[in-house]
Amino acid sequence: MPQATGLSGVAASRRRKNALFTLFMWSCAAIAMVPLVFITLYVVSKGASVLSVNFFTKEPAGPLNPAEGGIAPAFIGTFLMVGIATLIAVPLGVLTAVYLAEYGRGRFAGVVRVVAEVLLSTPSIVAGAFIWSVVVVLLGNFSALAGALSLVVLMWPIVARATEEILRLVPDELREGALALGVARWKVILRVVIPTAGAGILTAIMLAVARGLGETAPILLTALGNDFFNVDPLKPTDAVPLRVYDYARTPVEALHSIAWGGALVLLVSVLFLSIAARVLSSRQKKRTA
Amino acid sequence: MGAAERAEPGGAGAPWVSPRRSRLLDRGFSWSTAVIAAGLIVLLAYLIFDLMGGSWRTFSRFGFGFFTGREWNPVNGREDFGALPFIFGTLLTSAIAVTVAVPVAVGLGLLLNQVRGAIANPLATFVDILAAIPSVVYGLWGLYVLKPVFDTKVEPFLVATIGKLPVIGRLFTGNANGPDVFTAGVILAIMILPIITAVTREVLAVVPRDQREAALALGATRWESIRMAVLPYARSGIIGATVLGLGRALGETIAVSMVVGNVPRIGVSLIGPGATIPSWIASSFREATSVGLHRSALLALAVVLVIMAFIMAFTSRLLVRRTERSVGRDSEPEPTVPELGTPA
Repeated sequence: MPQATGLSGVAASRRRKNALFTLFMWSCAAIAMVPLVFITLYVVSKGASVLSVNFFTKEPAGPLNPAEGGIAPAFIGTFLMVGIATLIAVPLGVLTAVYLAEYGRGRFAGVVRVVAEVLLSTPSIVAGAFIWSVVVVLLGNFSALAGALSLVVLMWPIVARATEEILRLVPDELREGALALGVARWKVILRVVIPTAGAGILTAIMLAVARGLGETAPILLTALGNDFFNVDPLKPTDAVPLRVYDYARTPVEALHSIAWGGALVLLVSVLFLSIAARVLSSRQKKRTA
Repeated sequence: MGAAERAEPGGAGAPWVSPRRSRLLDRGFSWSTAVIAAGLIVLLAYLIFDLMGGSWRTFSRFGFGFFTGREWNPVNGREDFGALPFIFGTLLTSAIAVTVAVPVAVGLGLLLNQVRGAIANPLATFVDILAAIPSVVYGLWGLYVLKPVFDTKVEPFLVATIGKLPVIGRLFTGNANGPDVFTAGVILAIMILPIITAVTREVLAVVPRDQREAALALGATRWESIRMAVLPYARSGIIGATVLGLGRALGETIAVSMVVGNVPRIGVSLIGPGATIPSWIASSFREATSVGLHRSALLALAVVLVIMAFIMAFTSRLLVRRTERSVGRDSEPEPTVPELGTPA
């Protein structure tokens, strides 16, 4: 057995199988890398050339000169909807997590946890259909508010589960120390536990926002889209992913490149948020470990 | 919460709060968190209740026939709605996705379990980032980059090779041009790869190391030690990861809707257009008027989708739990704080 370093007694066939297996594992890693690299490359190369002042500041142009228009209403709409959704989902999610991590015990907490998980596995289009049939039907028209609420359905459980995990990492000694000094429980939570977990909670929020930014399906069913500037939460509103989706499906070439531009902005912001979240959370883990 | 903030004394030298008042505040705070947590349950209950209510007219008119019908005709007066082609399309694209993704995910999971630190961390980050890419970006890329390559190279090749074989050849027949479920399945595979990899990793992490070390000590190669001492433990967990991936694939909307063609079709060949439940809802919702049954029928499709997704989620949870329990680790986290003011 010539080159069998360390496994000199192993039969050739076994060694070959082992080598094949090692090759298989590494090729899986290589295969998994391919899409990420290609998607990033294409989105950057096709999208970068579209990014201009017009792109960020103008309303979509008419069919005669599509290349001159921008998608500014979509940026404003996304900002509006994700903003409202974050303002609602974060307090709800964090307080749900406080309940689960600090008070929750027994059956009820178990049910809440399962429900959060069920909601996490709910397809996003179902959240959209639900908010359509509640809010859109009630208000009589599509609106940014409805879009934001459909994002809340998705973001609340994300924030709740992720924050709960973070709160559990806060060492008990801190809580016990504060309690032993006679600090009331609610104050311990607000003044000791939550600040200690601060960076982790921020991570959870960033992940939820990243999710909200990229969602198309629920927005499609609830906010509908709009070619004009709109900041009224009760009116139909545009969003970047929605605009990308609509433009990608038109036969007009110039609109395709605008879609790539929108995709680039989305990709960059979502990747920025999720990478920043990872960096923060690994730091937090080191700190609390 | 608001009341609690207002009453909060500002740090040192704060006004003295009577124990009774403090207790009240404490109880108030814990109760309000409990109420908000209960809100999550209310949300899910209302979601189910509302979808049932909205789809009721469709189900009561078509009954079980809704699940087996093949027609979809929203024209008022001649309305006929059947979900079968969409259920079929959803299951077909998801099955393709899982078939493509699982081997890669398991190989990757094993690799991440073997190598440590310097290689594993960036690799895992890379894979996780795939999960963050918005669906619409996948769709755009799939439509204008992947699909042309598939139409001109990959699919003609598959039709010319596998397509000639008996039995499985029938999967790869037809015209490679145009939208098809195969492309949609491959895009879905990329999208669910991170979640399957993550769960596989989690499952592999709880497999006890001593048996594997024993196998290695007896002279087993790395592959043999994994086959004999890792995979048997991890099997049900890996199946659980697969089912979870399947659940995710079922509900994926936008990317699929952009490449699948949205043509209701029941057929064996993967090289042909199709429609999934979410893609169909997304593409026809804006055209559907609330007059007549059309929207109610789309909500009924959503109900079918929810049922499928929930079944997958629960099955996968059970399977992953079983692995964790069979290797003797309690997955239920211990409560961190001794109880003081627990509501309920």
